[in-house]
Amino acid sequence: MNKAFESPLITGTASDAKALWEGEYREAIGTDRASANVSGIEVRPLYGPDDWSHYGQPDPLGYPGQPDYTRGIYATMHRGRTWTQRQLIGLGTPADYNQRLLGIMARGATAVSLIPCNSVYRGYDMDSVEPELLGTCGVVVDNADHMDRCLEGVDLSRISCALNDPSPFTLLAFMLVTAERRGVDWRTVTGTSNQSDYISHYVANHMFYRLSLPGARRVLMDHIAFCNERVPRWNPMSVVGQHTQQAGATPAEAMAFTLSTAVQNAEDCIARGMDPDQFLPRFTFFFDISLSFFEEIAKFRAGRRIWARLARERLGAKKPAAWRFKFHGQTSGVDLTRQQPLNNIARVTAQAMAGIFGGLQSLHTDAYDEAFATPSEAGARIAVATQNILREEAHLTDVIDPLGGSFYVESLTDAMEEKILAIMKTIDDAGGMYKAVESGLVQRMIGASALRFQRRVESGEQTIVGVNAYRAEEDAATRPAVERPDAAKMRRHLDDFAACKAARSSSVVSAALDALTRAAEDPHANVFAAVVDGARAGLTNEEICSRLRRDLGFGQPLAFV
Amino acid sequence: MTTAEEFRPRVLVTKIGLDGHDRGSRIVAAACRDAGMEVIYTPPWQTIAAVVKLALEEDVDVVGISSLATDHLIVPKLMNALREAGLGHMRVVVGGIVPDNEEALLLECGVRQVFHPGGTMDVITTRIREYAHEARQASAPAGQET
Repeated sequence: MNKAFESPLITGTASDAKALWEGEYREAIGTDRASANVSGIEVRPLYGPDDWSHYGQPDPLGYPGQPDYTRGIYATMHRGRTWTQRQLIGLGTPADYNQRLLGIMARGATAVSLIPCNSVYRGYDMDSVEPELLGTCGVVVDNADHMDRCLEGVDLSRISCALNDPSPFTLLAFMLVTAERRGVDWRTVTGTSNQSDYISHYVANHMFYRLSLPGARRVLMDHIAFCNERVPRWNPMSVVGQHTQQAGATPAEAMAFTLSTAVQNAEDCIARGMDPDQFLPRFTFFFDISLSFFEEIAKFRAGRRIWARLARERLGAKKPAAWRFKFHGQTSGVDLTRQQPLNNIARVTAQAMAGIFGGLQSLHTDAYDEAFATPSEAGARIAVATQNILREEAHLTDVIDPLGGSFYVESLTDAMEEKILAIMKTIDDAGGMYKAVESGLVQRMIGASALRFQRRVESGEQTIVGVNAYRAEEDAATRPAVERPDAAKMRRHLDDFAACKAARSSSVVSAALDALTRAAEDPHANVFAAVVDGARAGLTNEEICSRLRRDLGFGQPLAFV
Repeated sequence: MTTAEEFRPRVLVTKIGLDGHDRGSRIVAAACRDAGMEVIYTPPWQTIAAVVKLALEEDVDVVGISSLATDHLIVPKLMNALREAGLGHMRVVVGGIVPDNEEALLLECGVRQVFHPGGTMDVITTRIREYAHEARQASAPAGQET
């Protein structure tokens, strides 16, 4: 045990001192407010040695880079390679996107992200959706030529690219074709298929997964197998907690659903004969970081050590690289307000700090104006500066896991761990994550939590500055005017697309589509390999998605109120 | 003939366009239901034609459109389609992320109100009830009470 606290000013034992504090506290506070975090864990006014089960043990937390990784997955953590500054971008035409991308890279962004237009997410080409919606939330990229234009001036063998690319992963196919055209070896291509997690898409309805549940499950396996073999530095599996938390799941639920999804996908890979020591090091995670500061820190610390144990004990991985919980964090958009929008800069700062103290590997900070629209250039610049300020002016990265050993943080990490494991048990009892989302169990849990949070806000239990408290006379001038993509440029993009489609040989197109069908019908074929071949033959996003929807089933959402 | 107490607004809560973020539409639908309204709820990604058809078949008073990712930009098209189908009496409200400069356009084309983030369920359901009443009045043949 540690030495007892001693001071010449205090007489009596430690338990006397605690009793004295409790007495004084009760008398001074009067009626204490009940307090619990969003996940439903009671928050007490003070934490001490009695609240941390490992207090006093030699090395109670282990060391960074060592299992169970409570203090971080690498020995150096942020003291070494800080984190990847990966700002999400995507707007307008490929040329617009490329201009914005080269701009933020010149200002210090160290990686590429690509957010496609919602039409792309839904598996449609730009000529079959309402033109008003084109490019308003992401870049319109429907074939390999468009991807080539998006990434002009980007060295694909050096820069890591994160593509928001649900099943059947047409964007990665377009990018691999781009790499091939430029003579870049696929083995040097790095990045992540963000949002490859069809389960979170299905649950949260955020962006639509495009295929039926069984179809998406099959294509994900093909995608992981293909990348492991042919694009070994690519992360084909990004398990997403962000969707469920934005949809209303509590932090503990979001972590539990994500870990259960990772287990489901890993067990599917193992059932297919893949080796966990080969595929697990390429699993990554993507989370929301809400404003519940300490709860988020504890969520990440608890999730990290649960995953280390799951990977080793349940999934049978033997290499430490397979146990490491690598995650990207995005500050939560749900917490941003339309009222007094500049306040969002303060919110994002606190959220980012929670992610940093939680030990993330990659960070997107929201722009303050994301409560209105996709970020303006000025808003995005402040978001990047926020990261630089936290790192280099506030020195948050000088010490690894600086909150480790805090009675509160350790106690909360233990409590979150217990809560997360209990939710995962519910999922396991329902037959695993696939079955639990197929039946709607997870959707109902999320809906109930969303309603509970709304009630917390409406009752005033949860303050939101400018919304249910500290309201001020609004100055409309603080609200940015939103600009939409240039309609003339989008018109030209549409015309070019039509010309490009017309110039293709119809026999080449139909042969490529038939090859997709053959792959879909043959359980031993790799559907993703056929998607890449299709992209090379000039197939468009919609052509690929439509054919696979026909052959593997169209996804229908579940809707609950 | 219905008295004020018996008046049960019929509300369609839906999403058109390409985005699927449905946390808001689910919460508002539940709040309307809990406030005693008849709620017809759909999953996201409805076409304008599907919404018009459903509004007609279900004879709703209010159509609530949730838009988080620019789908409000096609609400003017929905307004035209409703009018063409003879449903001009129905009241349409929009909730979600709508910038100031685009809110004016929606109101001009006949949207009754735009609800922004931060609104309470109480205010939203009270307004929807008022608009449902307006719609019922507007649809009644002259001289007949509703």
